Amino acid sequence: MAGAAVLGRLTWRAGTVTSVREETATARTIVLNIPGWPGHRSGQHVDVRLTAPDGYSVQRSYSIASAPDGDQVQLTVQRLPDGEVSPYLAQVLAVGDPLELRGPIGGWFIWEPAPAPVLLVAGGSGVVPLMAMIRTRAATGTQAPFRLVYSVRGPGDALYGEELAECQRRGDGLNVAYVYTRATPAGWPVPPGRVGAGVLTAPGWAPDRHPAAFICGPTGFVEAAADLLVNAGHDPRTIKTERFGPSGGQS
Amino acid sequence: MSAHLDGNMLGGELGELFTADITAATGQCASCGTVSAIAQTHVYTRAPGLVARCPTCAGVMLRLVRGGGRAWLDLRGISCLELTPPAQP
Repeated sequence: MAGAAVLGRLTWRAGTVTSVREETATARTIVLNIPGWPGHRSGQHVDVRLTAPDGYSVQRSYSIASAPDGDQVQLTVQRLPDGEVSPYLAQVLAVGDPLELRGPIGGWFIWEPAPAPVLLVAGGSGVVPLMAMIRTRAATGTQAPFRLVYSVRGPGDALYGEELAECQRRGDGLNVAYVYTRATPAGWPVPPGRVGAGVLTAPGWAPDRHPAAFICGPTGFVEAAADLLVNAGHDPRTIKTERFGPSGGQS
Repeated sequence: MSAHLDGNMLGGELGELFTADITAATGQCASCGTVSAIAQTHVYTRAPGLVARCPTCAGVMLRLVRGGGRAWLDLRGISCLELTPPAQP
């Protein structure tokens, strides 16, 4: 198995923050060193647990943003205004701090390096596990054609903008299409709007090419995008989805 | 807006109990017979535990409650679970 097989049951383990990187005004990447990390596959997540001095604890799931890299794992956390965990991770947690987590988690929403084309559809911070796939593709030199359709509220909300632009400039087979739902960059050719059928079935990405599709975002976004793909003729068995939301699961 | 998440988020809880990854397993809904990956079930978290429902008929497939160092796992909504055993060392 590529990456690492997960042997035995998951247990909570301690990581240490080695650096942090601001991604947008409300999101940042936390780089962790986790001794004994068994490795991960792109698309997997971890559960993070915070425990107060009085014993109260709360946990949330966060997707891994990085390609497999020894004991290092990167998480990108979007701060939610009413969040119980994300404000701490996105604003308070500092270099040198410990962080309790368990993982890697998940064996279904996974991309293993392979030559077949891949269609990625991200809503907001749903781009994080898809970025792990893009980074794993680059790290392994995989030639699979990739297309990322990335829905964000406005230009300032897009994660990994520079890195994605650099990937596109290299012209190595990654194509990125932004969809702006609230505000567009100056001179953008279309008004703000939701992801529609057109952007999902761009030239070269018709269902008859049988791309493997990965959709990640808030529940409503994921279900709308999956419906669009199925209605366009994609085989539902080729579509993998991961939903997140503020209801106590992924933040 | 739907209030559910999906079975991907069950991986951590079930991974503490079982060595095989249950989210990639397929389960047959005992209500309607649809076979789906556990990752595709609709999971409701605003309950005393976690409730996973069939994406086709919304029948309850799995319930998991943790508390007091114990776990209660109700699988009567899954008539058959097909999974890949963990790789051997």
